[in-house]
Amino acid sequence: MIEVITPGPMLTVQDAGRFGLRHAGVSSAGPMDRPAHALANVLVGNPQDAAALEFAGFGGTFRALSPCRVAVAGGTIPLRIDGTQMDASRAHRVHAGSTISLGPMPDAVWGYLAVSGGIDVPMVMGSRSTHLRSGVGGGVGGGTLVRGQRLPLGTFDPRAACLAPLRPLPDRGGTVIRAVPGPQDDLFAPETVARFFSQDFTVAPQRDRMAMTLAGKAIPARAGHDIVSDGTVSGSVQVPGSGQPLVLMAESQTTGGYPKIATVIGADLPRLAQLPTGATFRFAAVTRDAAEDIWRVHCHSLARALHPLKVCIARRRPTPN
Amino acid sequence: MEDLRILPCGDQALTVQLSDRIDEAVNARVIALAAALDRAAIPGILEHVPTYRSLLVRYDPLTIRGHQVEQRIRALLAGLTAGQDRGRHWRVPVHYGGEAGMDLAELAAEKGMTPQALIDLHSGVRFRVFMIGFAPGFAYLGGLPKVLHTPRLKVPRQRIPAGAVGIGGQQGSISSVAGPSGWRFLGGTPVRLFDPARDPAFLLTAGDTVQFAPIGADEYADMAARAAKGQTVIAPQEAP
Repeated sequence: MIEVITPGPMLTVQDAGRFGLRHAGVSSAGPMDRPAHALANVLVGNPQDAAALEFAGFGGTFRALSPCRVAVAGGTIPLRIDGTQMDASRAHRVHAGSTISLGPMPDAVWGYLAVSGGIDVPMVMGSRSTHLRSGVGGGVGGGTLVRGQRLPLGTFDPRAACLAPLRPLPDRGGTVIRAVPGPQDDLFAPETVARFFSQDFTVAPQRDRMAMTLAGKAIPARAGHDIVSDGTVSGSVQVPGSGQPLVLMAESQTTGGYPKIATVIGADLPRLAQLPTGATFRFAAVTRDAAEDIWRVHCHSLARALHPLKVCIARRRPTPN
Repeated sequence: MEDLRILPCGDQALTVQLSDRIDEAVNARVIALAAALDRAAIPGILEHVPTYRSLLVRYDPLTIRGHQVEQRIRALLAGLTAGQDRGRHWRVPVHYGGEAGMDLAELAAEKGMTPQALIDLHSGVRFRVFMIGFAPGFAYLGGLPKVLHTPRLKVPRQRIPAGAVGIGGQQGSISSVAGPSGWRFLGGTPVRLFDPARDPAFLLTAGDTVQFAPIGADEYADMAARAAKGQTVIAPQEAP
């Protein structure tokens, strides 16, 4: 069991997501940064799709009510256990009663706290993920976690080692976000599509688990910004009448009536999600075939980064300052 | 099929667009393609989302490539016969007016008819579920009589309850979860289109048909109490 003492912003339970329900109007949810979520899990010996905690900006403070292992991932996360600054790149053993504090991340938006055994809230429609928009999951009817909430943990081997990664996660650096033109790029003038793939965009403050708003020179469609609603995916770049693109994220609507000029590729979506508000970047066009090749390499590199891992020597409980 | 276009949606999905219009025959073909994809059970095809005139198909590029998905879909479309897959028919009870039907009197006045005439019109037609989207289980209903076509409000209302039966533009709707909406509302149904605690959690699917049946306040209260316990208060009929 782990207790929320002070929740960070947008604190939710996320496993890999709730798949196969888009036809019923439910997007997958799941982590905004899947590789980081998977890494935090494997460091504490969990399957990579186990339920962990996701937060925006900073994590807050938690208390372990039973002995367990914890690990964080996502950005540079100041990690303190019982007041002592700890190495955030590896898992740590915590004792019953220990407090775990996660400070603000200077270089990322979405952070993860994984606990050995995984957060064992009930499955709703095949997943433990909180879907804020649909009001399901996370053990709390789809809401963000609040102070005093106690989250049960699944079973785990208490003697298992604390782990650290041997390799960095793939596709993390740089400020170029690759995207496949379409499905409705033909509703924009060719020179507008060319400009979309060459001008600077800035990450606007209007962002959440559903979508990110981008600021930049407006992207006008040739004949209005209404289409007959069709299906959307995570990474769809919708352009509403304002001309300021919206990139759909983990908890997006499943259908939409704005033209979609491009779709961010799977390998780059976590990196886009992690760009701090105010960050500037550019899109680069890739073909579908190239994007599929990039995804295959990404999955292979991610598997290598998540396994094997380095076994850390178990340390004694840190001495409080 | 001269309107067929297969459009990439990144590296893990594509949209099979059969037309650029809202049309019942096109929508029936979209749903027939979805059913054919289910039957074909092609490894690497993960899920699909039928909409008015397109089918979004998600695939796993580690198992199947986009160009291969396209080939399989073209083959399935070539062998598709219309009207293979008939949806279910639902009679959905509605308590017209009341709290959820906040726009009934005003809309009737706008249309120059009595509220009862509006209710007769709205409950006298068979709607088609063109697609489910926007929110969990939210049904877009086609077949609204032309005289009832009504523009959306300029300023959406902040909270419309689940079960509200409404009109947005040329479409009918049943709200599946509470939330903001700019549509106009005629009444409420005790039927829940989405209840995560119920099995099945979702009531309607694209291709189903719906006819509204007026009920009184007492019947509404009785059915609402049963729905609150997670019971399914209506059963589908085979489409005639």
